[in-house]
Amino acid sequence: MSEVIKLRKGLNIKIAGKAEAIIETASDPEAYAIKPTDFYGLTPKLSVKAGEKVGVGEPLFYDKYNPAILFTSPVGGTVVSINRGDRRKILEIIIQPNGDTKPLAFSKANPLDLSPEEIKAQILKSGLWPFLKRRPYGIIANPNEEPKAIFISAFDTAPLAPDYNLIVAGQESTLQTGIDALSKLTKGKVHIGLAANGRSKNFEALKNVEKHWFEGPHPAGNVGIQIHHVAPLNKGDIVWTINPQDILFIGRLFETGKLDFSKIIGLVGSEVENPRYYKTKLGVTISSLVEGKLKKGGNVRIISGNVLTGTKVSKDNFLGFYDSLVTVIPEGDKYEFLGWATPGINKFSAGKTFLSSLFPKKEYILDTNMHGGERAFVLNGQYEKYLPMDILPIHLLKAILVNDIDKMEQLGIYEVIEEDLALCEYACTSKIKVQEILRNGINSMIKEFG
Amino acid sequence: MKALRNFFEKTKPYVQKGAKYHWLHSTHDGFFTLFFVQKDTSESGTHIHDYSDLKRTMSIVVLSLVPAILFGMYNTGLQHYKAIGELASTGFFEIFLYGLLKVIPVIAVSYIVGLGIEFAFAQMRGHDVNEGFLVSGILIPLVMPIETPLWMIAVATAFAVIFGKEVFGGTGMNIWNPALIARAFLFFAYPAHMSGDSVWIPLDGAAKLVDGFSGATPLADAAAGNINFSIADAFFGFIPGSIGETSTLAILLGAILLIVTGIGSWKIMVSVAGGGLFMGVLLNIFAVNPFMELPFWQHLILGGFAFGAVFMATDPVSATQTEKGKWIYGFLIGVIAILFRVLNPAYPEGMMLAILLMNTFAPLVDHYIVQSNIKRRLKRAGVSA
Repeated sequence: MSEVIKLRKGLNIKIAGKAEAIIETASDPEAYAIKPTDFYGLTPKLSVKAGEKVGVGEPLFYDKYNPAILFTSPVGGTVVSINRGDRRKILEIIIQPNGDTKPLAFSKANPLDLSPEEIKAQILKSGLWPFLKRRPYGIIANPNEEPKAIFISAFDTAPLAPDYNLIVAGQESTLQTGIDALSKLTKGKVHIGLAANGRSKNFEALKNVEKHWFEGPHPAGNVGIQIHHVAPLNKGDIVWTINPQDILFIGRLFETGKLDFSKIIGLVGSEVENPRYYKTKLGVTISSLVEGKLKKGGNVRIISGNVLTGTKVSKDNFLGFYDSLVTVIPEGDKYEFLGWATPGINKFSAGKTFLSSLFPKKEYILDTNMHGGERAFVLNGQYEKYLPMDILPIHLLKAILVNDIDKMEQLGIYEVIEEDLALCEYACTSKIKVQEILRNGINSMIKEFG
Repeated sequence: MKALRNFFEKTKPYVQKGAKYHWLHSTHDGFFTLFFVQKDTSESGTHIHDYSDLKRTMSIVVLSLVPAILFGMYNTGLQHYKAIGELASTGFFEIFLYGLLKVIPVIAVSYIVGLGIEFAFAQMRGHDVNEGFLVSGILIPLVMPIETPLWMIAVATAFAVIFGKEVFGGTGMNIWNPALIARAFLFFAYPAHMSGDSVWIPLDGAAKLVDGFSGATPLADAAAGNINFSIADAFFGFIPGSIGETSTLAILLGAILLIVTGIGSWKIMVSVAGGGLFMGVLLNIFAVNPFMELPFWQHLILGGFAFGAVFMATDPVSATQTEKGKWIYGFLIGVIAILFRVLNPAYPEGMMLAILLMNTFAPLVDHYIVQSNIKRRLKRAGVSA
């Protein structure tokens, strides 16, 4: 075992509702959907019309500027509707399953025997390509670019995050096949970040990868943080990243020649009766996951993803493309008399101004209240505590606010995406929308350099 | 409580944009948010937010000032009765009450003038009322001599809020510490009221003073070569001086709270003390007069050094924004404060000017820290293909 990279900065938010290590099968959903809004900067072009029949792996839409990138149907069925928002922006392509599981046939082969072009073509055609993301910027990888390396984080440290070690258990050989396929896509190495202390045991036997062990609080499990400590990105460097569970899709594709979008997701949060894992499929309706599983009463917020970076959804929405987690927490839409002045025994805080800091082991029910109004930057030294990178977050954000492209580049915008700075936004005393500012900065970079 | 909330909720439509009383919007919002944490929930970004906000933060700072405020009140009475020779015959509560009645008007004037202007500016700009002045408003009285006329406090506060803060865009945008701007304004505009022997102790026109009464601060005495203060008195604060600055002990209690809660930067406090001690040693080595011979560590318990280090230099807005920069910033404040204090022939105190000077240079310090970060990042080994 190589050296463990110890990260001190960061924070594990003590939020109640962690999932037990139990995997159940979710109830059969009425519908599935792929949402073009899950992909930053994508301009989708539809390949289907409402009412058409599609099979598993048949394209629903593609990237207008890179037509090779297809987004395919996770199930066989009928396209029942295409929901649009303002200015006819495509929001959801909804498919009603009809039990027709006859999937498109792909070539079944050991990826190590295939050429990189063959692998690339198969991943593109099957619609698995969008799972590959590109750093800088955290957007879908461009198949015409050659990444210097591929990075995978085998563990997630975000609040109530799913345990990938549990999810991949029993599928190690599929994972290996997926990794073998990925290794052909880069001339560099495939790097995998593992949790120290054996918490990524099911990943430790993997071959054809460079392993790195990490220890520390969130965001130690973020792939961006791991890239920074293994091989930092300088200007012009491109690497690709992918979630562990999504590698399984690729592995299955090459192992069986068929697409199988089955995935295991965690249903967590203080408002879930029995937080645990459920076996389901990509793009499933939220209602099929949460119906009958929430505590009675109260106004709740359902989040596809975790509480820091997830998307607010309603029951008739769908699981996000990259998400392996659904979190349910109480809405905090009520007033609190002199709330800022209370001793705060039950108020978890990143700082130490509440008495809750005397009880480090306790878990807290956290709601969505803002707990204060938005202000200018006042406190300093706060963000730095939650970013284990050699980056000055406040200076980077200020460079973005004044749209200074050179400074953004110098201060490290290539190395971070929203999830890496999400803790800063959580902890911010001035309630500044850090992730929104950062995404605006990334958008200006994309506009400037393409 | 419910009635209060109903009142605020019912009046809210009247202060919305376009409504009749829109000019009261910031005031309404200011008081509503003071009494009730709002029911607003996260609409974008993280779904959960920390319980800590600026109100919490600022109220902790005010809490950390309480020992210094209470002691300042007591000491005001103490110095008065000592001067008129009636200390032995006066009880503790009488002494405190005297000080209380002297200090409360100063605090009241500072808050009324300052908050009035803050509310007006917030309204003009259409912003929420910012909590920053809750701290500035109490810091201003604490750095003033007790005999400063109230109208001067009012003028200085107005100057500090308008020209020290609002012209830059309000809390979070200012370059200098607003409370020190207030003091500096009076220091240059009315020097006779900010130094000398007659401003530190309220005499109320008492006819009979004790023999040998001078009214000068120990620091002024020391600068004149007359070192005769007791170290215990200077540490506990039984000496003349600005209202809140005399008791190093009370200030240390505040410092502990600021450090434990993580709100005040311990790096700045430690480095200011380090800079002061360093300069003190240097002066001891090259001493040519009694003031330069003053043992270096005694500078820390005299004058405004401790107060400045704990409550003024640590102002997060006007200090350096980088963690490494804080060491440099603090150290230079300590060095310059003692240098000014000892070698300036006109006025035996340098803390205020040292902090204002370093506030000015804080962006420069940050600039070099940021540049070094950029250079270091460029040199890193990249991804090996």
